[in-house]
Amino acid sequence: MAKKSDDNDVIFEARDLRINAVRDDGSELPIVKGVDFKVQRGEVVALIGESGSGKTTISLSALGYCKPGLKFAGGEALLLGQDVTKMTTEELRPIRGEKVAYLAQSAAATFNPSILINEQVTEAPVLHGSKTRAEADAKALSLYHALELPDPESIGGRYPHQVSGGQLQRLMAAMALCGEPDLLVLDEPTTALDVTTQIEVLKAFKQVIKEEGAAAIYVTHDLAVVAQVADHIVVLYNGEIKEAGPVETIINKSEHPYTKRLMGAIRPLPKPGQGESSNHEHMRDVPALEAKSVDAGYGKGADGKPKSMVLRDVNVSIERGKTVGIIGESGCGKSTLARVFAGLLPPSDGALNLDGQPIAPDLRNRSREELRKVQFVYQMADTALNPRQRIKDIIGRPLEFYGGLTGEAKNNKLLELLEMVELPPPFADRYPHELSGGQKQRVNLARALAADPEVVLCDEVTSALDTIVGANVIELLKSLRRDTGVSFVFISHDLSTVASFADEIVVLYAGRVAEQGPTDKVLSPPYHPYTRLLISSVPEMRTGWLEDTVASKETMTGMTGGVELTDIGCPFFARCPLAIEGTCDTVNPPRRVDGDNHIIECHREVDELVGGG
Amino acid sequence: MSKVKQNEHYVAPYDAGVSFDELPDSAPSSRYTPSWTGWLGITVVSFWVFIAIFGPYLAPLGENELPFPDDYSEFQPPRAGAWLGTDVDDRDILSRLMYGAGRTIGISFVATVLAYFLGVILGIGAAISSPRVDMIVSRINDAFLSLPTIMLGLVVVAAVGSSIPVLIITAGVIYATVVFRLARALGQEIMVMDFVEAARVRGEGYFWIITREIWPNAAMPLMTDFGLRLIYVILFISSLSFLGLGVQPPQADWGSMVRENLGALSYGQSVIPVIAPALSIATLTVAINLIVDDISAHSGGKLSKRL
Repeated sequence: MAKKSDDNDVIFEARDLRINAVRDDGSELPIVKGVDFKVQRGEVVALIGESGSGKTTISLSALGYCKPGLKFAGGEALLLGQDVTKMTTEELRPIRGEKVAYLAQSAAATFNPSILINEQVTEAPVLHGSKTRAEADAKALSLYHALELPDPESIGGRYPHQVSGGQLQRLMAAMALCGEPDLLVLDEPTTALDVTTQIEVLKAFKQVIKEEGAAAIYVTHDLAVVAQVADHIVVLYNGEIKEAGPVETIINKSEHPYTKRLMGAIRPLPKPGQGESSNHEHMRDVPALEAKSVDAGYGKGADGKPKSMVLRDVNVSIERGKTVGIIGESGCGKSTLARVFAGLLPPSDGALNLDGQPIAPDLRNRSREELRKVQFVYQMADTALNPRQRIKDIIGRPLEFYGGLTGEAKNNKLLELLEMVELPPPFADRYPHELSGGQKQRVNLARALAADPEVVLCDEVTSALDTIVGANVIELLKSLRRDTGVSFVFISHDLSTVASFADEIVVLYAGRVAEQGPTDKVLSPPYHPYTRLLISSVPEMRTGWLEDTVASKETMTGMTGGVELTDIGCPFFARCPLAIEGTCDTVNPPRRVDGDNHIIECHREVDELVGGG
Repeated sequence: MSKVKQNEHYVAPYDAGVSFDELPDSAPSSRYTPSWTGWLGITVVSFWVFIAIFGPYLAPLGENELPFPDDYSEFQPPRAGAWLGTDVDDRDILSRLMYGAGRTIGISFVATVLAYFLGVILGIGAAISSPRVDMIVSRINDAFLSLPTIMLGLVVVAAVGSSIPVLIITAGVIYATVVFRLARALGQEIMVMDFVEAARVRGEGYFWIITREIWPNAAMPLMTDFGLRLIYVILFISSLSFLGLGVQPPQADWGSMVRENLGALSYGQSVIPVIAPALSIATLTVAINLIVDDISAHSGGKLSKRL
């Protein structure tokens, strides 16, 4: 398949590339300050750095594109020897999609939900006239095979919502590769995915790039991912290259302090012994919040039960001053559980207790005092803060609403809260859009704390943030827990984050608790097979990890399916390497207790779960 | 941006010389500065608003005064004393235009305000109430919306007789149906935002949610639509007047002026008696449109898509 290059093998070269931002008053601010690097045929070059480092801006220059408000200020971006920075849109049109293709972070946003997948995948080459419809269809089909998509023959005839997130991400790669581009620009293509899905996508990307003989620029902030796919690494900070070299050198023998800092921000692998064993000064006899055999779901079925059941028989108790991490892939019911606690989704069965007292399942029937005690922190700080309210009004409202504070007292408390979340006092007068993502998330937290709650439900609060910014938010949560004695329910699909922070972990799979217990217990054998899959899917900072993991049996079986809710039996049955045919799929798994509070729901005996698959 | 206070866990910037500040998602919002088309619109609209308010005081003659009592002849061409000529009853067109400006713009403006008052309250109300109530209110609204506006106006005015309050209420109610649609759509869009849910989880009542969470976010797009709606109401009122069911003679109004003077066209005399009021309507509506367009373009064109 590999195309032979004309005269040399350099696909893309940036020579002293400079990009400036144009301010409102016409002055210019350099964003990219003279960057040089080369991408050769068959090579994957990773641009890494945190947000604001200019990595996306540089990668887009390969398409001759600048985001609005930016302009090329000097240097060259040579794509197959042509300087794309000086081309007009008309000249660029035949190049984009044919010579260079772009893969955005979110496949869900890239695909048009109302057009068949195949039509979208083959659109570019057909539109450009470089392929006939039949040729494009054939090419697409071969790509579906290469990307190891299920039912490659028929998947193109589906709509985007009919395939899983990981599949859509791979289909987006097919879309980019259909025009057989020389250069592929991938912008954080796996950041939003579950770890288990990330593996399948990485594997497919790596393979298909090799087979197609294309070159790629891979933009990410995740060094562990880079170690799996890249040949060369370019470390960026503040629009400048800090370090560049082959992947082995950067990963193992990095010289530069900034690269070391990026490595430092990498979350360690989830291992026992990281969880906080918090002090017991805030402990009380009764848990702060408790869910007892809760069933919940959406829609209204015939028999008064929800039409689609999401949670089944969930028992979780949150001790005062402790942090409970809730983990699982998307679709496992993590957020639903938080919504049940918050009273947004009344459970169809089971009971909720607050401080040992039963509380109303529906928030409309809860007293103001009960509402105060349970606070919810949303994943997307962008939509969780009213864009038309100043920070002081956003944080001040709960103070007024629950605490009845006004005037000076409210103001003092407001400043105290801002200090608690490490924001400077002048921020009180700002509007949310004048803050960065991390700062907004801090405001979001401050609003929850303003209510003086007992339990704060954090729904994926760091998922939308950069690694370093997210790490800072985690540190903030740790210190808040120390100082306030508030219990946190920390929901995340990222096991490493949860492991570094939680006292207890609840592993949810398809609405059932697969395993729960103290962090150390959950992260050490015996494991529930699902927990084992999650742990083994977290990328390690070494080259070759991807190949090793893909070769192992657990991940192979685990990767085959997505999360599916089942009425009866163990929902993990289809993906489980230890599944017992005839038992696991027909009988609900028993609760097996392994010492203090460590519970595994599995048909296998605890002893059988200790060893490997 | 000032530096965030660091606790001991904060990952320090990698070297002392460069401080690492997180960039805000967007620059502090730049204020709306009109382009030249925007300025043109603003100038023309201001001119007409000025005439509408002060026209009766500035007009050279009274509304029904004859400029040349001794020389009675319809449709006289412009000359000193009657700069735009005279109309079918030999009255001064310029003066009638200035009197009519206040009536046309005033009635339309009050009617549009009424349409907004009704439409926004019902629309946002429907958006936040139960699906059942929402459906009932929306279907009734749809029924009204399906009737042709002019026909509906004609029937109402023909039944109860024409007067300025009737015109205002008729136009207000008819156009409230359109505003209802927009307000409901906006309300629904905002209702599902996390910050509204956050307010509900906090235990806020409907009043707070509507006035503090939804309204500030719906106000801007609604205000832009106000300009557009005003144009439709001006055209509606003028059409009714043209058909003889709007403002009644001898009171002047741009629409009725066009109708009164239609004869000027067929007699092949001066076209000014018809063109002058028609052009007034056109310049005003086009100018409002220019302003709305300019604001929409400033806010990224999203607004114009929504309208």
